[in-house]
Amino acid sequence: MKSIWTITKRELAGYFNSPVAYVFLVIFLLMTAAFTFLIGQFMDRNQATLQPFFMWHPWIYLFLVPAVGMRLWSEERRQGTMELLLTLPISLWHCIIGKFLASWLFLTLALVMTFPIWITVNYLGDPDNSVILASYIGSFFLAGAYLSITSMTSALTRNQVISFILSVVICLFLVLCGWPPVTDVVETLAPRSIVEFVAAFSVMPGIEQFNNGQIDSRAVIYFLSVIGFPLFATSVIIRGLRA
Amino acid sequence: MCLPARPNDWPSVPTLNQIEMIQVENLSKDFGPKVAVNNVSFSVERGEILGFLGPNGAGKSTTMRLITGFLPPTAGVVKVGGNDVTEKPIEAKRLMGYLPESAPLYTDMTVEGFLGFCAEVRGINGADKAKAIDRAIDMCFLKSVRHQSVDTLSKGFRHRTGFAQAIIHDPDILVMDEPTDGLDPNQKHEVRSLIRRMGQSKAIIFSTHILEEVEAACTRAIIIDQGKIVANGTPEELKAKSELANSYIVSISGTEVGAVRDKLGSVIQSAKVTIVNDKAPTVVARVFPKKAGTDGELGQAIFAVAAQNNWKVNEIKKEEGRLDDVFRNITLSDTKTQ
Repeated sequence: MKSIWTITKRELAGYFNSPVAYVFLVIFLLMTAAFTFLIGQFMDRNQATLQPFFMWHPWIYLFLVPAVGMRLWSEERRQGTMELLLTLPISLWHCIIGKFLASWLFLTLALVMTFPIWITVNYLGDPDNSVILASYIGSFFLAGAYLSITSMTSALTRNQVISFILSVVICLFLVLCGWPPVTDVVETLAPRSIVEFVAAFSVMPGIEQFNNGQIDSRAVIYFLSVIGFPLFATSVIIRGLRA
Repeated sequence: MCLPARPNDWPSVPTLNQIEMIQVENLSKDFGPKVAVNNVSFSVERGEILGFLGPNGAGKSTTMRLITGFLPPTAGVVKVGGNDVTEKPIEAKRLMGYLPESAPLYTDMTVEGFLGFCAEVRGINGADKAKAIDRAIDMCFLKSVRHQSVDTLSKGFRHRTGFAQAIIHDPDILVMDEPTDGLDPNQKHEVRSLIRRMGQSKAIIFSTHILEEVEAACTRAIIIDQGKIVANGTPEELKAKSELANSYIVSISGTEVGAVRDKLGSVIQSAKVTIVNDKAPTVVARVFPKKAGTDGELGQAIFAVAAQNNWKVNEIKKEEGRLDDVFRNITLSDTKTQ
């Protein structure tokens, strides 16, 4: 366990040693604010809820999470440091989890830094804070799911841009395949059972549950498996690279 | 510069008593249809410095990656300190320090931060960690760049940082892929003497294609070509395989080429005489011995012939053999077929 934390610390320091972390935090906060106030019409709604804040997270994360995670393994491959890392006396799993945790913690920090919106809504009205907490938990899981997929795509290539694009495409699929505006159209073309089967892979139903204040064990299991499977795939890819 | 002793109170690295530190048995590695390492066996003992020689693409780096557990072997076994690298990778890796080819480093860290990370991953913490970092920085002359970011370092400093990383835990076994690549002559000299000194108490393997390095630092050398070991012995043994080994270069004045060739050629102990240089009034000839072991007699015979004929001998020199000749002869086959 200690070696996981050593890896995590190094990766986290890696973010803050470069301007990337600060640029990312500023962009994330600006974007969430812009979407909440300008497009989500937070003020005009006159409702004490953070719905217009959380509803954009699947879309904002779609680009920002792959941007955070794209370097995880591709940079190790490009710089050749993977050879160094994997000949240290730690298991591959510790490396994968340590790196993943570092990025997840970083994204969690970004999420925590949105607390002024929570203060604002409590100052202006009387929101249901348990719903807000559930929504934050949902957003945390969503970031983890996207990040895990990015970990997998970054192990596939030594090029960060390719890793980013692949990850965006996969995450976009996970959003769209269960997003009503898309499924409604597809339902007119394909049998309902197939549409429902594909939609079951989507992150959207789970996220909606969290945003409604429900912490459903099925949603939690869904997110944990969407985090777990790509991490497993990451280990398979890295082992495959060396075979 | 003296080698700082390893602090006694270090708990993390188990010390080994057995003699065979690295054992490689019938090791093979295929990349698809290409056979990179083909049935290689050798072992390295404590106190040995093994030089790994071979043309580019011969399988040197692949062999080292197999030993350090970065690549899984297609067939065969690598044992490091008795631990099978495939079955007990963590235990085996704990005993080893590895400097990969071109010394990859985390460029976003400082030298000190990077070495600290490597120490921590290897289970060295707290005060021991600070001691280990100081020791590695001392040994690799990194004091001046200690707090500098790795991506601002020159190539020599980067390489030495990679070296420092490999010895941070004072391992019993050191594996280094071209440790002097990209260094200037002074730095090469430093690194070689460092390897020599560490080799007294460790088992060291390093690869190189600089032949003088083998003579300067190794107790034994292996020449590998097309994935196979083609020679294995001390640098002296390898040099003796040279065609030129034990031949004599004679520089003579006061005679002419034909006489030199005839007279020296008729000496019983000589197999062949070649004329190296013929610029009147001096003839330089090379005399090859008939068989190894008669070399001293050949020298006496040459002197005797010269005395009989009243030649003025300017110089007579016995050739010990050249590693680069041996290397070229052994590994030339693939260059020719290409």
